[in-house]
Amino acid sequence: MFLKQIALASGLALMAGSAYADCQISGNVSIVGNEFPAIHTVAKGAASCTGGEVKSNLTADHQKINVAGMQGNPAEYSSAIIANSSVVALMNEDVIRPLDDLIAEHGQDIPKKQLIAIGGKIMAVAFMANAQTLAYRKDVLAEIGVDVPTTYEDVLAAAEKIRAAGISEYPVGGAYKAGWNLAEEFVNMYIGHGGEFFKAGSAEVAINNEQGVAALNMMKALTEYMNPDFLTHDSNATGAEMEAGNVMIMNMWGSRVGNLMDSEGAEKQVYSNITVGGPLTVGGGSIPASTLWWDGWTVAKNLSDEDAVATFLAMKNGISPAILNDETMSQAVWMIEGYTPAPVNDGVFAAIAAGTKSYPMLPYVGLLHTALGDNLSDFLLGKESAEQALADTEAAYTAAAKEKGFLR
Amino acid sequence: MKHKSFFWFVLPSAVAMILFIFLPIISVVVQSLHVEHQQVIKTVESCDLFGCRESTTIDQEATAARRAEKPLGQFAGLTTYLDRNHIAVGEVGEVWERTNTWRDFGAQMLNLPFYKAIGFTMTYTFVVTPLVIILGFIIAIAVNSALKALRGPLIFFSLLPMMITPLVGALILFWMVDARGIFGTMLQYLAGDPELSVKASTPLMWIMLMVYGVWHSAPFAFIVYYAGLQTVSQDTLEAARVDGANRWLQIRHVVIPHLLPLTTFIALMQLMDNFRVFEPIVSFSANAHATSLSWAIFNDLGGETRQLSSAAATSVLTIIGVAILLSPVLVRTWRDFDRK
Repeated sequence: MFLKQIALASGLALMAGSAYADCQISGNVSIVGNEFPAIHTVAKGAASCTGGEVKSNLTADHQKINVAGMQGNPAEYSSAIIANSSVVALMNEDVIRPLDDLIAEHGQDIPKKQLIAIGGKIMAVAFMANAQTLAYRKDVLAEIGVDVPTTYEDVLAAAEKIRAAGISEYPVGGAYKAGWNLAEEFVNMYIGHGGEFFKAGSAEVAINNEQGVAALNMMKALTEYMNPDFLTHDSNATGAEMEAGNVMIMNMWGSRVGNLMDSEGAEKQVYSNITVGGPLTVGGGSIPASTLWWDGWTVAKNLSDEDAVATFLAMKNGISPAILNDETMSQAVWMIEGYTPAPVNDGVFAAIAAGTKSYPMLPYVGLLHTALGDNLSDFLLGKESAEQALADTEAAYTAAAKEKGFLR
Repeated sequence: MKHKSFFWFVLPSAVAMILFIFLPIISVVVQSLHVEHQQVIKTVESCDLFGCRESTTIDQEATAARRAEKPLGQFAGLTTYLDRNHIAVGEVGEVWERTNTWRDFGAQMLNLPFYKAIGFTMTYTFVVTPLVIILGFIIAIAVNSALKALRGPLIFFSLLPMMITPLVGALILFWMVDARGIFGTMLQYLAGDPELSVKASTPLMWIMLMVYGVWHSAPFAFIVYYAGLQTVSQDTLEAARVDGANRWLQIRHVVIPHLLPLTTFIALMQLMDNFRVFEPIVSFSANAHATSLSWAIFNDLGGETRQLSSAAATSVLTIIGVAILLSPVLVRTWRDFDRK
């Protein structure tokens, strides 16, 4: 709530000045990043700078090209737009530079809270936030007479009632597609149970424990109420299931609920009743079973001073309050002064207020995520026990971590 | 051909093969024998929008010197090949000790990623290849005996599955077998089970992938056989007819022997193609049920942290696999060549 009020207040204060600020650069800028509307807005803001060339390559495959594109000298991409999970891949390869000197000289006006500091060095500047929270059909919950769920146990109870009432056979949705999505759901559920992924300060994995088993059992219980094809459903597919009126409750990305609540792709009965709630807790815990995410930009290491300054200025312009207008305002939960949240963003703000943990920024967490995505589906398919699935994950991670030099 | 003219004749393709096939393979082999340097990890405080907490990062200064000295990483020999995510020597030994029956042993082996991938890859290769050959042959015979005026359109439609981009073709099938798609609903009706879902069942998913494989590759066998049928000697056929051979006997004793060299060619191409099955697994989101060696390489390279050495090792294992698969056919071709 606190953040929301700040954003609201500063939003009103800055409503007047909406034209792109003057931005003069003397160097070339080349941006690589993911492809969705908010990133386009940032790239466009950066491109409004004059005095040098500003190019951008925005693609869903950005993670496959950003490391290679920044390893050369000079780097092909002078800035990569990344999230908290992917900034570590760039730091592991040592291809992005600390921004402290640039901020001291050119960026005193960037609010402190937007600066991502690792070990005292500022490595990225964040501009938007995201989290998975509850999305539900308020008409259906009213019909079966239950309150809005706040825990996964509530979700199971509500799902049973919806099924018993004959409203929907598979009322629960989830992005459980084997691979990245499934691993992300486990990460959420494991954090919700209070689990720690690694032994403190080391790369030794430690998920085959009580919390891990409890997390998997809760996931399995949820899948009983999901479309049997759940291992092929990513967040797009499960969103489509909700728009089709099959799914009534699900854990959904804040950045995607806007698509569910607009009038496109669904009947009025469906879209007008889709509502966003806070993040869910699980197993009596107080930490939400969700993770917070941010998107931000970085500056490549192998650049001339001239291009580094130009990149910094252009990217700073790309996330200045001036980029916000009627069209761009709803594209994301902007962490930029001047942002006015809409009801669709309630979930992400509730997640921040509830003390949701952010997705860990550890050098080896990507390897664990891959291992989780490859090994958990056997348990959900009923082919092996939870302990076996977790043991497989640990073994796969350990082999990969040895190859990457994290473990001996 | 004189040695000198032979040399100049093959030089361009030899250079291209060295540049684009031989050297990349060498680099993959070298990569697979190395792993990254021991990383120095330090504990730091990391702060983002949502607060600060203790975390770790790589101490770049500590590893910079080592990286500069040996940019390839440290030499690891065959360790990557032998680890759990590949041939898994240690784990296979353990499974052997632990299990008593062959059935149990097999089930436990399929829990190891490499053997899970090999299991599907081999099944796919040995089911799809013969079916493609048989189906392609039948279509070719059928089209060849159709009215001349009909043959053009028939050939066009028979080739369609091969013209469609594999990813797109697989996606089309993926939506058709969805529980609410045309095939999915039909299967539910035929099986009398409204809960039936192809995408939720491992055996059905395997069958689906193989059906796709046959559908996509049969046109290749068809067009090769159809071209071959145009060269069947009409005199021999007529002689057979005069001798009273019916249609089946003509095919059995004239057409099939004539097309045998083509069958070797198609089998060779299909074994290679099917062994690196990849697109349908991605399009069908089938990785929970079936993986292949190519998919494993893709998965290693597609994560947040790229596993280059692991992908390189799997690539080399794929090359070895293809070589083993093709060896009987190649040996046979070599013998035939020698005899001449």
